[in-house]
Order: sequence, then C-alpha cells, then structure tokens
Amino acid sequence: MLLKRGAEAELHLEDFRILHPFGEGKVVVKHRIPKPYRVKELDLSLRETRTSLEAKLLFDSKRVGVPTPPVYEVDRKNMKVVMEYVEGRPLKEVLEGLEEGKRKEIYRKIGRYLARLHKGGMVHGDLTTSNLLLTEKGELYLVDFGLGEYTSSLEARGVDLHLLRRALQSVHFGLAEEAYREICSAYLKEFGKGGKEILERAEEIAKRGRYVGREERGTLLRDGK
Amino acid sequence: MLCLGLEGTAHTLGVGIVSSEGKILSHVARVYRPEKGGIHPREAARSHASQIKAAIGEALEGAGVTLRDLDLFAFSAGPGLGPCLRVVATAARALSVLTGKPLVGVNHCIAHVEIGRLLTGAEDPVTLYVSGGNTQVIAFEEGRYRVFGETLDIPVGNCLDVFARETGISPAGGAGVERLAREGKRYLPLPYVVKGMDLSFSGPLTEALRKYREGEDLRDLCFSLQETVFAALVEVTERAVAHTEKREVLLTGGVASNLRLREMLGKMCEARGASLFVPPPEFCADNGAMIGWTGLLAYRHGVKQRVEEAVIRQRWRTDEVDIPWRR
Repeated sequence: MLLKRGAEAELHLEDFRILHPFGEGKVVVKHRIPKPYRVKELDLSLRETRTSLEAKLLFDSKRVGVPTPPVYEVDRKNMKVVMEYVEGRPLKEVLEGLEEGKRKEIYRKIGRYLARLHKGGMVHGDLTTSNLLLTEKGELYLVDFGLGEYTSSLEARGVDLHLLRRALQSVHFGLAEEAYREICSAYLKEFGKGGKEILERAEEIAKRGRYVGREERGTLLRDGK
Repeated sequence: MLCLGLEGTAHTLGVGIVSSEGKILSHVARVYRPEKGGIHPREAARSHASQIKAAIGEALEGAGVTLRDLDLFAFSAGPGLGPCLRVVATAARALSVLTGKPLVGVNHCIAHVEIGRLLTGAEDPVTLYVSGGNTQVIAFEEGRYRVFGETLDIPVGNCLDVFARETGISPAGGAGVERLAREGKRYLPLPYVVKGMDLSFSGPLTEALRKYREGEDLRDLCFSLQETVFAALVEVTERAVAHTEKREVLLTGGVASNLRLREMLGKMCEARGASLFVPPPEFCADNGAMIGWTGLLAYRHGVKQRVEEAVIRQRWRTDEVDIPWRR
C-alpha cells in the first residue's frame, strides 16, 4: 500500500512476509525511484548515496540514543530500504492540538535528540515537523534521513538548527518562537561545551544573504543572545 | 485605470504601461551592459538615470497616451542594488508630484510571480524564480508569498554568468553556457548541494572552474554544470510541490529562457501530474510591466503610500509583503 509519495521516494507499507516467510506485522519500504529529468549518472549516484547513507544514519542514530525505526534490509540494487513501521503521526499534524505542557516536553526531546545526533557526528539535513513522528505512547521518532550526513562541522550543525527553525516558522507561525527557544535550551544542555557556538552559527546563517538590513541584523543579534 | 511601472533593481531599466484589465499597452527595456566584469551598482544607476526620461517618453508614445492619462505610478522598491533603486524611486516620486497622481512601491520578486500569473493563466503556482540576482522557490500560503527554498550563497544565474566569464565563453553568460552544453557528452561529477529546501551554487562553480583549469573539455563542463545545478533546482521545486500539494509550477526570471531547465521542470511536472507555465521571455526578464501590474493590484486593494513614505528597501524579503489582493 502506498503510504506517501514524497519528492524523492515512495513509502510503501508491506507485510513483514516480503522479507521472511514467518514474518509478522508491517514494514515500511522506502523506494527511491529514478527521476526522468536528471542525467543517468547523476540520478544513479544520488539515489545510491542517499539509500545507503540513510540506512547507516538510521542505524547509528539509534546507537547514540536517538529513536529511529530499525532497518531490516538495504537493497542497493533497487534502491530500497526496508524498516520497521512506526505507528505514529507526523508532529506537523498533532503539535497544535497538544496542551502546552506536552508541547514543551516534545520541544525538549527534539533539542536533546538533535544534540545527541550532532555529538554523534551526524546531521539530519531536513528536519521538519513532518519528519518527526509521535506515537500513541508519546515516543518521538526521527525519520527520513535522506539528506543526512556524517559531519561534525559547525556549519552543518548550524544549518540543521536553522532548517528546523524555518520549518517551524513556515508551518506553525504562532508556536515557532517558543518552540525554537525551548529546543535550543534543551540542545545546549545536552550538547554541553561548544553548543553555544552552534546556536550562534544558526543565527548567523539566518542572516546570510537573506536581504536582512544591517540595522535589523544588529537587533537580531542582540535578541539571539 | 492606467499605471506606469518603473523597474530598476539591477542592470535593466524597464518602463511599462498596464491597464487594470491586465492589458500591457507598452513596455520598454534598457539594459546596462558593463564592458567587462559584473555590474557596478553606481555605473548601472548612472546609465539608468541618463536613459529614464527617454524610456518613459518611448513607453508613453508606444501606448498612445500622455502623462495626464495615467492614474498611478509604481516603482520597484526592492530588493536590489541601492543606487539603481534610488533612480526609479526618485523618478516615480517626481512623476507623482508633477501629476498629483498616487504612487506605490512594489516588491520585485512578487512582481515576477504576478506578471507570470497574469500572462500564463496559472492560478496558484509554486514559482521557481531564477535570475542573476535571485534564486527562490515561492508559493502562496496563509496570506503571504512564502519562500520555500532559496540559495544560501550565489544565485544560479550568477553561477552560470561567472563560469562563462572566467572561461571566456562568448556570448557571455548563461546563453553561452547553454549553447556549449548542447555539445557536451560526458557527465563530470560536480558537488550537488541541497540542504533541506535550500541550495548552494558556489561549490559546483568552484569545482567546474578547477576542472576547467585542469584541462577538461569546456563543452562537457558546461553540460555537467547545467545538469548539476538544474537538477538541484528541480528537486527543490518538486519538494515544494509535494509539500504544498499545488498542481501548477511557474518558471520565471532570466534563467527561465534556458530550454534544458524548462525540459527538466516539464518532466518533473509530468511525473507529478502538475502543469508547467512559462511567461514570454521579455516578461521573464526584469520589466516595467510587472511592476505596473503589481502596483495596480496593490493600489486597488487599498495599499497606499504618501510620497514621503515611498522609500526603497534594498533587502525587502518576499515573505514580508502583505498581499491583500489574494485574500
């Protein structure tokens, strides 16, 4: 069953039996389909890199304490990743209906998980509230590592935070500032030494080449601290 | 109602006369071309100032009207190069004072989207706006034009222009790269940078230039550079289409004239069941008609400015603009 048709991949919900004759339950198959608009070489290399990289990132994230769906199989020939089906809803759909206390708890979790990911030498690359799943039990999962990377660079970490903030602003206008503040404070606490520098870099990225006036830049900097 | 629009954000000085029914009565463009190198803002402004009187006269003559027949003046208030913006703002204020008719400052990026909607019939598109000065993926959501993705460093048109200039391709600029790219056969891998919805073009540019100095075939490099940066543009546009669930894509800006980019976007749209719209070339490039038309939309929906308020905003962001005409 087609779960979702994203921009670069299709997500199918399948029976575990596609992997194992005695398998029970459901799995998600993420299939990176060829893009007819790209030259073959680029298309193949992008799909290959992203497929194997995503599987590795999912696995390593879990190891550093970031909940992600367990990976069962990586099919590099057909560009498929088979992983556990996490029964949850995208945070994008549920965030605004939650009470304040619950929301704050989630913001802190996001900050904590992101800091663990970064300390583990990884970045997500596309962190939005669509890529965070909330289960019935209140667990938060990070999914879709298709644009993730292994890097410890200040810039990549800053971009990760910046993208999350942008996503919050574009979908949850009313909550964005509160959310980002909470996320940052939890991030700082979890990350420890060097965290402040990353938050500052995220601020700087927000102002880069973005038509923000010099005067406004001053105010933003002051507010950011 | 008739509006005279003045465009002057960068190297093009544009004057257009548009009616409130959406008819373009005339439009005139004067493009400042530096002898070598990129645009020098002050030199471009000087060129605009020396031509603006003649260009306005020509536009009036083309439309068969006089200054007295006009009801409104609109000018590009930003974003753009300060000295150039000041030239058209000054002209608009002078015309407004002279005739006693109102004036309104228009956001350049939004004007590109609005003239595109007017001329192609697209109603609610995801817009890929690509030029030498801007690279943005724009869509209307929650009462504003929101930027879904944009370049983190140089605009894509600038990337192609600089590559052409540094490698001595003539005619300079994207058109030269496009022509040579058609003869390219081999795809040479270049950095492909998509960060979420945002893009970066300085990496592929630097690498392509390095490969050029190492003696790689220029045709292959033009081909590879185009394929790489356009694929990134199309990917981000597709992400915005998937995210917003819109069914239309509008391509505009100077780079919209590139046939390979159109082909790629067309294929993406086809696979997604969306329609692609591209305005005629002279209205993809910077022009006065788009400013006039957007000025009319704003004015007729209550946007008013006094002469002393009609100032320029060099870094006016797309998502800061109130859009009363789409409420």
